[in-house]
Amino acid sequence: MATEATTNTTTGGAPAARSYWHITWRRFRGHRLGMVGLCVVAVLFLVAFLSPILANEQPILCRFDGGIYYPAVVDLVHQVPGTSLIIQKQRPYRLATFDFKREFDPERGDWALWTPVRYGPREIAAEPLAGPSSRHWLGTDQSGRDVLSRMVHGTVVSMKVGFLSMGIAVILGLVFGCIAGYAGGIADLVISRFIEVVQCFPAFFLILAVLAWFPPSIENVMIVIGLTRWVGIARFARGEILRIRETDYALAARSLGVRPAQLVLRHLLPNALAPVLVSVTFGIAVSILIEAGLSWLGFGVQPPDASWGTILRSGYENLFTAGHMIPPACVAIFLAVLSFNLVGDTLRDVIDPRLQAERA
Amino acid sequence: MLSYILRRLATGLVTLFGISVISFFIIQLVPGDPAQIQTSQIADAAVSERVYQQLRELYGLDKPIPVQYANWVGKLVVGDFGSSFHDGRRVSAKIGEALWPTLSVALLSFMLTLIISTPIGIYSALRQGGGFDRSVSTGLYMLYSVPNYVAGMLLILYLGVKWDLLPFRGMRSDGYDEMTTLGQMWDLAQHYVLITFCFTFGNLAYYSRFIRQNLLEVVRQDYIRTARAKGLGERSVVLKHAFTNSLIPLISLIGLTLPFVLGGSVILEYMFNWPGLGRLYFESVLQRDYPTIMALNFITALLVLGITFIADLTYGLVDPRISYEK
Repeated sequence: MATEATTNTTTGGAPAARSYWHITWRRFRGHRLGMVGLCVVAVLFLVAFLSPILANEQPILCRFDGGIYYPAVVDLVHQVPGTSLIIQKQRPYRLATFDFKREFDPERGDWALWTPVRYGPREIAAEPLAGPSSRHWLGTDQSGRDVLSRMVHGTVVSMKVGFLSMGIAVILGLVFGCIAGYAGGIADLVISRFIEVVQCFPAFFLILAVLAWFPPSIENVMIVIGLTRWVGIARFARGEILRIRETDYALAARSLGVRPAQLVLRHLLPNALAPVLVSVTFGIAVSILIEAGLSWLGFGVQPPDASWGTILRSGYENLFTAGHMIPPACVAIFLAVLSFNLVGDTLRDVIDPRLQAERA
Repeated sequence: MLSYILRRLATGLVTLFGISVISFFIIQLVPGDPAQIQTSQIADAAVSERVYQQLRELYGLDKPIPVQYANWVGKLVVGDFGSSFHDGRRVSAKIGEALWPTLSVALLSFMLTLIISTPIGIYSALRQGGGFDRSVSTGLYMLYSVPNYVAGMLLILYLGVKWDLLPFRGMRSDGYDEMTTLGQMWDLAQHYVLITFCFTFGNLAYYSRFIRQNLLEVVRQDYIRTARAKGLGERSVVLKHAFTNSLIPLISLIGLTLPFVLGGSVILEYMFNWPGLGRLYFESVLQRDYPTIMALNFITALLVLGITFIADLTYGLVDPRISYEK
C-alpha cells in the first residue's frame, strides 16, 4: 500500500488529485497518537460549539408560569452568525434583568432541564474565590463566577482565535506566496524582502503595538495574530510553487495554453496545499497560545468575558488565596496545544513521501 | 567569499532600514503619544494643553514624521539611542541595566539545553525505536507542548506558593544587601532556578529531537558504513564521523532560535517580575516610550540578522563543500 501511495503522491496530477486526500486520511488513521490528537481537537470543537447547552444560567428546557421555554437552545442556535435575526429568545428570557433562578417556583408546577453546569460564565453565583465544591466543581473566581462555566466558554474563544486567525493568515500567505513563487522577478524580490522584514520583528512587538492602537477585543486579537502569522505560510507556499512550477505537468498545462491565474489556482496550488496544511495546524496551536498570553497580559479578551488566559490571570493575581483557578486553565491550554501539535506532526509524517519510504 | 560577505551586508542594511522605517511609523500611528499620557493627570485644561505642547516640542514630536525619523537616524549613526520619554534617562543605560538579567538567563538556559539534549539526542538515535528512545521522546514531546508560561504558572503555584521552596519574584530577596557574599550568591542562584527552567525545558525537547533526527539521517550515509567497514570503534564512528557531520542543521537552528531567546519573553519576565529586556519592552509600549521601543526593535533586528549571517558563514567552516562563490 505504501509504495502505491508514494507513486501517486509523487506523480501528482489531476486524476490522482481526488484520491490524494483519501489516501492521506487512510494513512493518518494508522497513527494512533495522531488520531488521539484529532479526537481531542474534535472534543474541544464540540465543547466550544455546544457551550451554551453545557454551561448556562438558563435551562435547556423548562416549564415556567404555564409556558414551555428553551432558552439555552436558542443560545446554541445563536452560535451560528446571523441567526439572531431570525430566532430570538422568548420574552422574559432575553431581558438582562430577568433572573430565572429566582423566579423559578416548583410549587407553581415549574420544572427545568438544566445544562450540566448550571451557571453562566458571567453569572455571579456564589461568594468570591471559593475553592472547589460539589456545586462549583472548579470553584469560583474573584467575582464569584463559576470557573468551570468560564472554562467551557473560554474554549469558544480559543477555538475561534485559533481557526479564524489562521484563516486570515492562510489567505494572505497563499496570495503572497503564490505571487512571489509564480511571478518571480521584482514581485518575488519585494515580497521576499518584506517577509524577511516582518520576520525580523519581535512578533510580540507588532501585536502589542497594533493592540495599543485598536481597542483590545477578541476580533482584533484574531486579526493581529493573522497579520503576523502569514509570513511563514507565504514562505512555504512560495517554495512549493517554485518547485511545482518546474514539474512536467505544470509544463504540460502551460503548453496547453492555460492562463497563469488558472494554472496557479487549478494546477499548482492544490498540490502545494499539503505542506501548508501542516504549518497551519501548528499555527493554530501557536495562535491559541498567543491569545491566552495576550489575555493574561490584559491585551486580549476583556472582562467580564472568559478566556483561558484571563482565568489564568485571575489565578495569578490571587496566588496566595485562590490557586485553584490555575491548574484547570493550564491543563486546557496544554491539551489544546498538545493535540494540535500531534495532528500537525502526524500530518507531516503522512504527507511527506520521503519519510514514508524510510518507514517502509 | 569577500563578495558574498559584502552582498550579505548590503541586503542586511536594506532590511534594517526597512525595519526601522516600519517600526517608526507603526509607533507614531499608535494613538496616545507620550506627551498626552504624561499630561493626562493634570486637571487644569489650559495648563495641561500648555505642558502638552511644551513636551511635544521637547521630544521633537511637533515635527513631521520624516524629519523625526531623520533625526533618529542621525543620532543612531553616532551610536546615540536618545533619552527615554518616560523618565528622561539614557536609553542605552536603561537597556544596559535590563540586558544582564535577560542575557544571563538566556545563556544559562542555552548551555543547559545543549549539555542535556546532545547526549539524549545521540543516545536515542543509536538505540532508535528502543525503550529509552521511545519513552524519552514521548516524555520530551509532552514537555515541548507545555507552553513556557503555563509551566511558569504551575511552578509558581506549587514550588513557589504551596510548598514554598523557591522564590519567584524578581532577582533578589528583601534584605539582599545585608547578606554575606555567599548568602547573596545563594539567594541569586535560587531566584534563577524557576525562570531558567521555564526557558529551558521547551528547547530541550526540540533540540534533542532535532539532534536525533539529523544523526539518523547521517548514520545512513555510505561514509558511515565505510567507517564501520574499516574497523573503527562505535564510539569513534558516532562521535567523530556521524555527529560532526550532523552539526550543520544544528548551527542553523541555533542561529534561528538564539535571537529570540536573547530578546527575552515578555510574559515570563512579567510573571517572574524579572527586570529584563522583555519587561522593559512591555513597559515601554505601555508608556509610549518611543526611543526605548525603537532601540529595542533595532537591536533585536540587528541580532536576528547578525546571528543568521554568522550562522551562514559558519556553514563554510563546518562543511568545506559549501561554497560562497556563485
